[in-house]
Amino acid sequence: MYTYDEYDQRLVDERVAQFRDQTRRYLAGELSEDEFKPLRLQNGLYIQRYAPMLRVAVPYGLLNSRQVRKIAHVARTWDKGYAHVSTRQNFQYNWPELKNVPDILAELAGVQMHAIQTSGNCIRNITTDAFAGIAPDEVVDPRPLAEILRQWSTFHPEFALLPRKFKFAVNGCRSDRAVVQLHDIGLEFYRDAAGALLIKVWVGGGMGRTPILGEVIEEALPWQHVITYCSAILRVYNRWGRRDNLFKARIKILVKALGIEEFRRQVEAEWAHLKDGPHTVTQAEFDRVSGHFTKPAYEDLPAADAAFEAHLAADRGFANWVRRNVHAHRQPGYRAVTLSLKVTGVAPGDITDAQLDTVADLADRYSFGELRTTHEQNLVLSDVKLGELFALWQEARAAGLATPNIGLITDIICCPGGSFCDLANAKSIPIAESIQRQFDDLDYQHDIGEIEINISGCMNSCGHHHVGHIGILGVDKNDSEWYQVSLGGKQGNDASLGEVIGPSFAADEVAGVIQRLIDVYLDHREPEEPFIDTVRRIGAAPFKERVYADRQPLRKKVEA
Amino acid sequence: MSQLIKLQAGVPGLVEADAWQLVRLPAGEAEVKKQAGKVVQFRLTGAETASAGQIDATEVPAGPVLLPLSVFLARRDALADRLAAREIGVWLETHELVETLAEAQPDLSVFPVIGVHIERFADGRAYSAAALLRTRFGFTGELRAFGDVLRDQLFFLRRVGFDAFLVRADRNAAEAIASFNDFSEPYQGSTVIEAPLWRRHAR
Ligand code: SF4
Repeated sequence: MYTYDEYDQRLVDERVAQFRDQTRRYLAGELSEDEFKPLRLQNGLYIQRYAPMLRVAVPYGLLNSRQVRKIAHVARTWDKGYAHVSTRQNFQYNWPELKNVPDILAELAGVQMHAIQTSGNCIRNITTDAFAGIAPDEVVDPRPLAEILRQWSTFHPEFALLPRKFKFAVNGCRSDRAVVQLHDIGLEFYRDAAGALLIKVWVGGGMGRTPILGEVIEEALPWQHVITYCSAILRVYNRWGRRDNLFKARIKILVKALGIEEFRRQVEAEWAHLKDGPHTVTQAEFDRVSGHFTKPAYEDLPAADAAFEAHLAADRGFANWVRRNVHAHRQPGYRAVTLSLKVTGVAPGDITDAQLDTVADLADRYSFGELRTTHEQNLVLSDVKLGELFALWQEARAAGLATPNIGLITDIICCPGGSFCDLANAKSIPIAESIQRQFDDLDYQHDIGEIEINISGCMNSCGHHHVGHIGILGVDKNDSEWYQVSLGGKQGNDASLGEVIGPSFAADEVAGVIQRLIDVYLDHREPEEPFIDTVRRIGAAPFKERVYADRQPLRKKVEA
Repeated sequence: MSQLIKLQAGVPGLVEADAWQLVRLPAGEAEVKKQAGKVVQFRLTGAETASAGQIDATEVPAGPVLLPLSVFLARRDALADRLAAREIGVWLETHELVETLAEAQPDLSVFPVIGVHIERFADGRAYSAAALLRTRFGFTGELRAFGDVLRDQLFFLRRVGFDAFLVRADRNAAEAIASFNDFSEPYQGSTVIEAPLWRRHAR
């Protein structure tokens, strides 16, 4: 957890005062709708279908229990008693009133939280692997550099009004859990043979209407240059990115139009002026920022625990949960635990104020008071003793937070969609629920194994449907809600974008379509072969065939 | 009328007497671009600004004048004496390139004032233009923002190097001055404060 110093705190407090005055002027009619819009967006405030939506930043997904209690308090006091974890690791409230937002932000500032740049055409919250700092396969802890980037990008005067939103993801593991190839800038930290920390820089990836994997612009950037190099990219983009057409304004379009060679040439020409300037990061600054991260006071524990083993053997429910929701840890005798926010009947990522309070208590008692949000919309207790897993499980289960489905078919990634979002073509939450009901049987879920289903209510792709093994996208056809299904997307080092399987489906058909896709997989899979590997091995054809086998007449009927 | 705020010794204040006359191009027969049925006036970075006819038709009055870049480029020889008398400033449209000016006139110190027209407040290109004028091309004269200049961008405009701000006519410039103090210690360096916070203070 990064802990603020007086400067961090003052900036956040000043932001609250600034926004309070902006809100006052807007409500008094001194600021027009258009003028207020970028101001409120850069404070995470959207005007939604029913009420404003407020997005609270969780920088690179790190939280402490005090903050979680505050999130609960805000949900109880100014919202309808729940909050939502977004696919960018932030918290969202769906029902705050505009006039209360300055007060909410003031409350959040009291626990070192804010809503700065969680929306708008600026540099957004930087995301990373939820297992940063604890993953056994981690090469470099990405968080200090993520924080250095956060500070640089916060209220950056030159890059506050970009052509379009700008998203960073950073990753310090061998396996990419931060989807770096699908961000405007993706940074992958690694060490060379001599142990020097280098950065592989991807640029121009993104989802949305034109999904595209980023290209490598720099293979081996010494870490000290991360800010000057990113400044050069941002300056080229700020000057040359398209502003005439909203759909062509992301950096990916510029990179594509120029070609990566020419884009790189322009960035390097700009960088030549900035390189070695005052924003070159020193080891001392790196160490200082690292020192602002709390370090769990781990005990020296044996790698195994007899009581844990006994519970594992005796209790199948516990064993299932351990298999799915408990993850390896670099510290012997510790584990990371995912608390599932994917309970059938509850919108994916939603959590009530009471559950939030419970989570805060669990974090205090089992995990050094700290936790993380994941881009899969769950929570992670990062440092739990092996010997305490059983007790934690029992408590989490009582609070409805121990569904043993992480990585399984019911662990669906889903945007708020038409239930809340003004931009939606179609609802997404009821679709997630229909799929969860279709596959509610836990044994069946475990048999199907690892699979990612992602649902977005429109092309903005907040549900990251392009990288779902199965992606579902809400589309609008003659004013009614339809769903396009794609197959074969994947996040990670070997990321790929899904391919649409054919004509779209009505809401009540989707769960049946997913069932057929799963049936084909179960028929064709080799032992231990996960869904995505089967798809990659046999291709989309057998899946399409099964799904559309009897559809021709049906479709005619629908269109008649 | 638009009111002018200027930084004097770093302190923003209203300026009553401003000698500089802003010269604009006469309306041209600009091609009409449409998108989704709406007229787009937007110009891409580096696009042409004015036709030869517009430039020819531009009248340049006596006294200190701020000229459109295209007019200055077309008539710089004829204006040489007035330039030497420090009566000539230029202004750039949001989409015009600082490099165009700097190539034609490498020594920018001949201009007492350079202006940047903020066509739409949400268009961030003017910020890079200012940063480049100050840091790359070493311009130390008055750098003036005019057009859609609003209170809530003043803090950022100042940080990238503007030091004169012609606030949009329908807004109260005296009240707007308060926004220069929105934040006390920014994290990152920019034009005016070059060093990042961690180099300025022991944190
Ligand atoms: S994908 Fe579309 S519907 Fe879903 S949250 Fe994003 S903008 Fe809204």
